[in-house]
Amino acid sequence: MMKEPADFRRRSFFFTAILLALTAGLVLSITVAVMLGPVPIAPATVWKIAFSHMPGFNGWIEETWDTGQGHIIWDIRFPRVLLGVVVGAGLSVAGTAIQALMRNSLADPYILGVSSGASAAATLVILFGAFRFFGQYALSISAFLGSLAVMAIVMVLARVGGRMATSRLLLSGIAVSMMMSAITNLIVTMAPREEGIRSAMYWMMGSLTGAKWEYLTLPALIVIAGTSFLLVQYRALNALLMGEEAALTLGVNLHAFRKWLVVVVALLTGTIVSVSGAIGFVGLMIPHIVRLMVGSDHRRVLPVSLLLGAIFIVWADVLARLVLAPEELPIGIVTALCGGPFFIWLLRRNSYSFGGGI
Amino acid sequence: MNVEVKGLSFSIQDKRLIESICLDVREGEMVGLIGPNGSGKSTLLKNIYRVLEPDSGEILLNGQRVSRLPQKELARQLAVVGQESSAAFDFTVRDIVMMGRSPHKRMFEADSMEDYEIVEQALTRVGLLHAAGSSFSNLSGGEKQRVLIARALAQQARVLILDEPTNHLDIRYQLQMMDLVKALKLTCLAALHDLNIAACYCDRIYVLQEGRMAASGSPEQVMRPDLLYDVFGVRTEIAIHPLTGKPSITFLPDMISSL
Repeated sequence: MMKEPADFRRRSFFFTAILLALTAGLVLSITVAVMLGPVPIAPATVWKIAFSHMPGFNGWIEETWDTGQGHIIWDIRFPRVLLGVVVGAGLSVAGTAIQALMRNSLADPYILGVSSGASAAATLVILFGAFRFFGQYALSISAFLGSLAVMAIVMVLARVGGRMATSRLLLSGIAVSMMMSAITNLIVTMAPREEGIRSAMYWMMGSLTGAKWEYLTLPALIVIAGTSFLLVQYRALNALLMGEEAALTLGVNLHAFRKWLVVVVALLTGTIVSVSGAIGFVGLMIPHIVRLMVGSDHRRVLPVSLLLGAIFIVWADVLARLVLAPEELPIGIVTALCGGPFFIWLLRRNSYSFGGGI
Repeated sequence: MNVEVKGLSFSIQDKRLIESICLDVREGEMVGLIGPNGSGKSTLLKNIYRVLEPDSGEILLNGQRVSRLPQKELARQLAVVGQESSAAFDFTVRDIVMMGRSPHKRMFEADSMEDYEIVEQALTRVGLLHAAGSSFSNLSGGEKQRVLIARALAQQARVLILDEPTNHLDIRYQLQMMDLVKALKLTCLAALHDLNIAACYCDRIYVLQEGRMAASGSPEQVMRPDLLYDVFGVRTEIAIHPLTGKPSITFLPDMISSL
């Protein structure tokens, strides 16, 4: 019986270490992010308040805080930070999946207009009450449909003779993205009533301001379900990166699998945009940084992206809250300021593969 | 495992790319497919490994219709090595060879010790075990092709399809690659560019011309000056080489036509 090869063991060890470090980092980030704000709160108090709300713990924890603090922590800051976790995780996972689907390192839900498609559909719902027959899920479902429509359009436009050319993919993505942003703007401008209108800025740049516990469940479930689906299919995702033909000859049922991927990416992006607006560049940056750390194997890339994306958005939101306090920046400004230069670096680094279309 | 192609036709829009092709590859045989660019070699192979869907005709693997097999089952029986492929994302050599195991895996199944062993053996057979942990994109063209061969080996398919596997390779690696494939003793169908290599390594050769089968037979039967002139439009002199015992083709350019 042979043992796992040494280089492989070393990599597994490294991977486990990264997972543990990032999990610890995420818990730490959540704690600090909840502490920071106009009312400073001690780290121990943060978790005491959190645990006091868990079933089975009440009565065990001594209340060392006043109701005001309790309210700020539990009803305002926690949902917001956790929403950041869900949004960051979901966007990074969606970015990983869309890069595999398009076999393109520059693909990202925001750049390809998938997020703006969701925004446009969401504004329709909020301002005009469209899709009312979906009930309380109208916003999420229509954002999902918006994403789905944009994915389909971009994929059709980008394919020439069965091949996905990088330049066409990016250009059609940008064109669709601009149209969708324009539509969003138009809808917001034409809005019939003042109240309940979240600004165009919100939908284009994203914000976690509206976070509430009620908004967390559905996106969290979708992120968990989507990530699980992708993890189960990691072999097919890996094969897809080698090219469509290679994937087919390695036994991937490409037609069905591609459709599933489109749906999963649209679902992730749609639900997330419906709770946070369109936050850019996370889905582009995080998977790349992760691949530099652990290689391209999706079994590793997916969980590490999820954790790193969550940490990134939590901190981006802290910056968005604090830099101009008491004013808030849209979080998209923070991510774009980090992501823009990264994208340019990537373009230059990958310039050689442009002609190849891979 | 044998491959049988019966009356295969394929067209894109109104353009017939291949027309009523019949061929067979018997167990353990190495069969070559030659023809000028655009004669339909790749198209024919892509129809066989089911990336393209034929208009009519049948492909049989050991008597089973390929079109009836699930994708995974097909991948367990038939492996493909194309022209040099590049990935936009970097994998280690071991990652790529491990992909050859995926058709053998159920949805939740993890890589087992047996898989590692198979990957190890495949890498040993192509002489790249030392490079297992290095990244694919840093390899030379010849090494990349050997990695893809190792992936095909890890797939444990009985049939190997090669689509101009030695394109872009230096002559040394072309020979190395063909020696390697020959030594594997798999049932093998290969589109080849180089007529001398085809003559040297193949048990039988099919000649494609404008989507139709122009000739077939042993290298000695196929490599004839009149036939090569008809199909490739070049004048040749062909002799049985004293060392290899195989036909050796010398091309006669127009500049010495006066001789």
